Amino acid sequence: MPEIRNYTLNFGPQHPAAHGVLRLVLEMDGEVVERADPHIGLLHRGTEKLAESKPYNQSIGYMDRLDYVSMMCNEHGYVLAIEKLLGVEVPLRAQYIRVMFDEITRILNHLMWLGTHGLDIGAMAMFLYCFREREDLMDCYEAVSGARMHATYYRPGGVARDLPDRMPQYEVSRFTSKSTVAKLNNSRQGSLLDFIEDFANRFPKCVDEYETLLTDNRIWKQRTVGIGVVTPERALQLGFTGPMLRGSNIEWDLRKKQPYETYADLDFDIPVGTNGDCYDRYLVRVEEMRQSNRIIKQCIDWLRVNPGPVLTEDHKIAPPRRGEMKGDMESLIHHFKLFTEGFCLPEGESYAAVEHPKGEFGCFIVSDGANKPYRLKVRAAGFAHIAALDEMARGHMLSDVVALIGTQDIVFGEIDR
Amino acid sequence: MATRLDSILEALKTAFPDVSNIRGELDLAVMDVEPAQLLEVALRLRDDPSLSFKQMSDLCGVDFATYGQDEWSTDTENMASFSRAVSAASTGSLTFDNSMDLPDTDRPRFFVIYHLLSLDHNVRLRLRCAATDDEMPVVPSICPIYACANWYEREAFDLFGILFDGHPDLRRILSDYGFNGHPFRKDFPLIGNVEMRYDSVKERVVYEPVTIEPRVLVPRVIRQDARYVAGESAPETDKK
Repeated sequence: MPEIRNYTLNFGPQHPAAHGVLRLVLEMDGEVVERADPHIGLLHRGTEKLAESKPYNQSIGYMDRLDYVSMMCNEHGYVLAIEKLLGVEVPLRAQYIRVMFDEITRILNHLMWLGTHGLDIGAMAMFLYCFREREDLMDCYEAVSGARMHATYYRPGGVARDLPDRMPQYEVSRFTSKSTVAKLNNSRQGSLLDFIEDFANRFPKCVDEYETLLTDNRIWKQRTVGIGVVTPERALQLGFTGPMLRGSNIEWDLRKKQPYETYADLDFDIPVGTNGDCYDRYLVRVEEMRQSNRIIKQCIDWLRVNPGPVLTEDHKIAPPRRGEMKGDMESLIHHFKLFTEGFCLPEGESYAAVEHPKGEFGCFIVSDGANKPYRLKVRAAGFAHIAALDEMARGHMLSDVVALIGTQDIVFGEIDR
Repeated sequence: MATRLDSILEALKTAFPDVSNIRGELDLAVMDVEPAQLLEVALRLRDDPSLSFKQMSDLCGVDFATYGQDEWSTDTENMASFSRAVSAASTGSLTFDNSMDLPDTDRPRFFVIYHLLSLDHNVRLRLRCAATDDEMPVVPSICPIYACANWYEREAFDLFGILFDGHPDLRRILSDYGFNGHPFRKDFPLIGNVEMRYDSVKERVVYEPVTIEPRVLVPRVIRQDARYVAGESAPETDKK
């Protein structure tokens, strides 16, 4: 009889399946996990403390860097909390633009999740397919904000600027021939909305492709069915939100239950799992991509026929237009005050939550009436999820831990803040 | 939303007749609670079907040490106005180092703030709990009631040094192994105390005092904006 010993295994922080910088100390009994102790904080940048030292608008860019695969949703939670305290009215067109980009972000996030989750547990090709579609969505980000990832596009009172009328084009270079460029630019001839519509028409086919590869795949099912089962009661206790909660058969989606922006007027369904295992959460997220696509299409239809302002006219909060500044003294003063001092929030506390692709993303702002937050707390969905990793992993095999990290859709930017 | 909030406020008032300041703020209910009653109240909040706050969304610490202090108040215009903005002339946080003196106030310094969510009634509740002792803030742990509080409390301990009585495993969570101090306290410098680099002679990582020059570009200002002060007409100071 060989002697069997318990091992302590260090998983990460430089493990490709640790999704960033997770150090996981696993106590193993043979190949079975007895206890998992995640050590987080390796990406802690003190975002909340930094925000305390900056005017409100200067922190929007930091929000992008929290969950760096669903940038605009983070911004959304932050600006909503500010708007709640200010009581500022957001133009309807800006609300639709926000909803559209929230859903684009959701697809962006779920594609990233699907690709890496697949890669982690052996479906190598998924990564390539998902990143192909992601590229188009990144282009939408770029067209609207100039940055492919960290957009800083949402502002208290609206969005930074209206949707552009033309898409950036590819150019012929040493690496791309004329015919390739023509092919790439084919869908970029019209406005941004045309480009997104083209994507939205193509995308359901792409999701079918992913599903062909995974949904009935025997290996995929062996790796995910019955792994990491969480009962509805436990999911609530553990603070799960988003797909993690819906995978455990609790129909809870802030877009439906506490609608913000224009979600109340849009038509979409909330997928719910039944068993609360990794496979159900996979199905929930895939269906969410289809639903997001539906929402995007409705937003495009609305945005096409309803031009209008996209930023509030209250120049105490949003800067006046460049042209106005040139001729109007008051506008110049507003601009100067806004960019040197920022705006002050009334004294009080506000908590705003959005349905972020990973779950509930909440921003809690304590304001003492200053131009900087007194305290900003970011409620990241992933924090509660990874806290439950110990409970989910107990009794599973080592290789299932990888599946669990994948199914939780962990991003350390938001967990460590 | 308003009606949901009203009905939960009613339910809260009937459930806790001896808690005086149950109120609605913006879109959620707010309630202050003493540390001694915290566990009892939280248990009731979770299990009473008329309240049923089954989930804890968030828990965070707040340090109220410098609440309401600004760095830009002046009664008269003078030649020094500009230099106050660019040099460290006050004891405030114009620099990011810890030169500030914390003011003596009557209000407790550390608060723990819980955000609870009732899925049945679709309403949120903010529970505020003040730690009575500023030197050694202690609040009972609500891990037995909400399992997810475990890590949130570790975070509040790490960042603010708030102790949670009865917590199963109160370790640091976000800061470095062997870190000193509690970084989110208002008297902890934003630039930190030590910086880290790899020393090729010693062939290990070394910690040294920070060398960067702290400077704040935008000072902290508090403006009384008439639009947000209820029942007050625009004061002259608004045009500052």
